[in-house]
Amino acid sequence: MTWPEFWIVVLRVILTFGLLLVATLINVWAERKILADMQNRIGPKRAGPWGILQTVADGLKLFFKEAVTPRKVELGMYLLAPFLAVVPAFLIFMMVPWGKPFTIAGNEVTLQGADLNIGLLFILAMSSLAVYSVVLAGWASGSKYPLLGGVRATAQAISYEAAMGLAMVAVVMFTATQGDGGTLSLAEIVERQAGTWGDIIPALEPVLQFIPRWNVFPQIVAFIIFFIAIVAETNRAPFDLVEAEQEIVGFHTEYSGMRFAMFFLAEYVNIFSMCAIAASLFLGGWNGPTFEGAVPAIVSGILPTVWFLAKTYFLIFLFFWIRATLPRLRYDQLMQLGWKRLIPGALAWLVLSAFVISFRQFGAPWSQ
Amino acid sequence: MGKRMVETVIFVIAALAALAGAVTVVLARNPIYSAVGLLGTLFSVAILYVVQLAHLVAAVQVIVYAGAVMTLFLFVIMLIGVDKEEKRVEPLPRQRLWVGILAGAVILFAAGVALFGEFVWVPAAATAIDQEATNGTIQAVAEPLFTDWVLAFEATALLLTIGAAGAVVLAQFKRKRA
Repeated sequence: MTWPEFWIVVLRVILTFGLLLVATLINVWAERKILADMQNRIGPKRAGPWGILQTVADGLKLFFKEAVTPRKVELGMYLLAPFLAVVPAFLIFMMVPWGKPFTIAGNEVTLQGADLNIGLLFILAMSSLAVYSVVLAGWASGSKYPLLGGVRATAQAISYEAAMGLAMVAVVMFTATQGDGGTLSLAEIVERQAGTWGDIIPALEPVLQFIPRWNVFPQIVAFIIFFIAIVAETNRAPFDLVEAEQEIVGFHTEYSGMRFAMFFLAEYVNIFSMCAIAASLFLGGWNGPTFEGAVPAIVSGILPTVWFLAKTYFLIFLFFWIRATLPRLRYDQLMQLGWKRLIPGALAWLVLSAFVISFRQFGAPWSQ
Repeated sequence: MGKRMVETVIFVIAALAALAGAVTVVLARNPIYSAVGLLGTLFSVAILYVVQLAHLVAAVQVIVYAGAVMTLFLFVIMLIGVDKEEKRVEPLPRQRLWVGILAGAVILFAAGVALFGEFVWVPAAATAIDQEATNGTIQAVAEPLFTDWVLAFEATALLLTIGAAGAVVLAQFKRKRA
C-alpha cells in the first residue's frame, strides 16, 4: 500500500463517519419537525433557522448533564452497554456505498467505508452484536423493569432479524442472475442495478425502458418484508415497545446524561444505516441519471450521492409517516406478526423466487 | 516490516483479548460476566480469522456464536436468576491443581516446539498478496460445498432440521404429560 492509497482509505472512512453523524443530526430534527407538521404543531423553532440546531442544543444539554449511576448497578457492564450500542451502529454503515467511485490522480476512490466481500454477512453480524447492548443494559441496571424491557427487546430483535435475513437472501439470489455469479458485496449489488428493465420483455420495451433496473420491482415482496423488519429492528413505532415512553419502561430507564445520549444516537444512526441498506439493496443505491456531458463534471460526480441520500431520506420519511399514523402493537401481536406472518411469508417468497430464477435459467424440469 | 509488522500487532492484541476473555469465563463469579467473556473470546478469534484472510469464517463465527452466547445469556437470566453468584464449594477435589499441571505441560510443550522445533511463522497477509485470491473466500467456500460435497451438505442440513424439530416435539410431549 502506497501513501496516497493509505490517505484515501483514511479520508473515505472519515467522510463516511462524518456523513453518518451529520445525517443523524438532521434526522432527529427532521423527525420532530415532520411529526409536528403531521400533528398540526410547530415543533422546534428557537435554535437556529427553522430550529435546525435543536439537535445540537439537545446534544450539548445531554453532554453536560449529570450521569446518575444508581446504587445497585453492575458497574462494568452498565458502563460497557452504551458503547456496545454505538460501535456496531457505526460499523454497519461502513458497508454502504454512498456515491459513485471516481478516479483522482490515478487512484480509484470508492465512496464507502470498506467494500468487503462478505458485506451483507458483516451487516448481519453487527446487528446481532448490537442486541447485546440492550440485554446488557437491561441486566446491568439492577432493576426489574429495565431487565424485563431488555429481555423483551432481545426477543423482538432476534425474531425480526430472521425475517430481515430471509428477505436479504431473496435479493442475493436474484442479484446472482443479474451478472457474473453471486455476490454479497453491497457495492456490487448496487452496480448491478444500473440501467433500466428495457431488455427484459422485448414487447414491452417502450414502457420498460423508462423503469430503472432496481431490485424493488422483481423483489417487491422481499422489499416490504425487509422494510417492516428494519422498522422493528430499529425499535421504531409501531414496534417501539422496547422504549415505549408513555406506559412501558424500557431497557435504558436507569441511564441518564451522555450514557442515555449514546443509546439515542445509536438508534438514529441505525435508522439511517438501515434505510441506506434498504435503498442500496432495493432502490438502486446511488444509481440515477447523472447527465454526464450536459453538466459540469463536478455536478455529475456529486449527483449519485444526491440520489443515494434522496432514496434514503424517502425511506426515513416513511418511518416518520408510519410513526405518525399507526398505534403501537401489543406484545403478542408483535410476536405473531414476526413469526406467523413475516417469516413464513419470507420463506414462501424465497421458494417462489428460487423457482422463477431456476425456471428462467434452466427451463421447465420436464423439458430436455 | 510493513504487512508482517501490522499483522503481528493485530495478532498480539486480538490474542491477548481472546486470552483475557477466556480467563474471565473461568474466573468470573457471576455467570453473566462469564458469558460476556466468552463473547469477547469468540469475537477476538474472529479477528484472528480476518488476519488470516478468512473473512467468511470470521463473519460466520460472529453471527453463529453471537446468537449462541445470547441464548446462554437468556438461560442464565431465566434459570439461574439475575443476581445469583456461584458457590465456592468445589465438587471435584484438587481439580484446579491437576488442570494447572496439565495446562503447564501443554504450554511448555508448545513453547518447546516454537523455540526448538522447525517452526516457521508465515503471515497470511505477506504471502497471499493477490487480491483476487483473498476477495473470493465466499466463492471459494461455496463452490466445493455446492458441487463436490452437496450430498453431505444437504444431509447435514436435514439432520439439523430434524434435530431442532425433535427438540420442539419432545418439549411439547413432556409438557402435555405433566
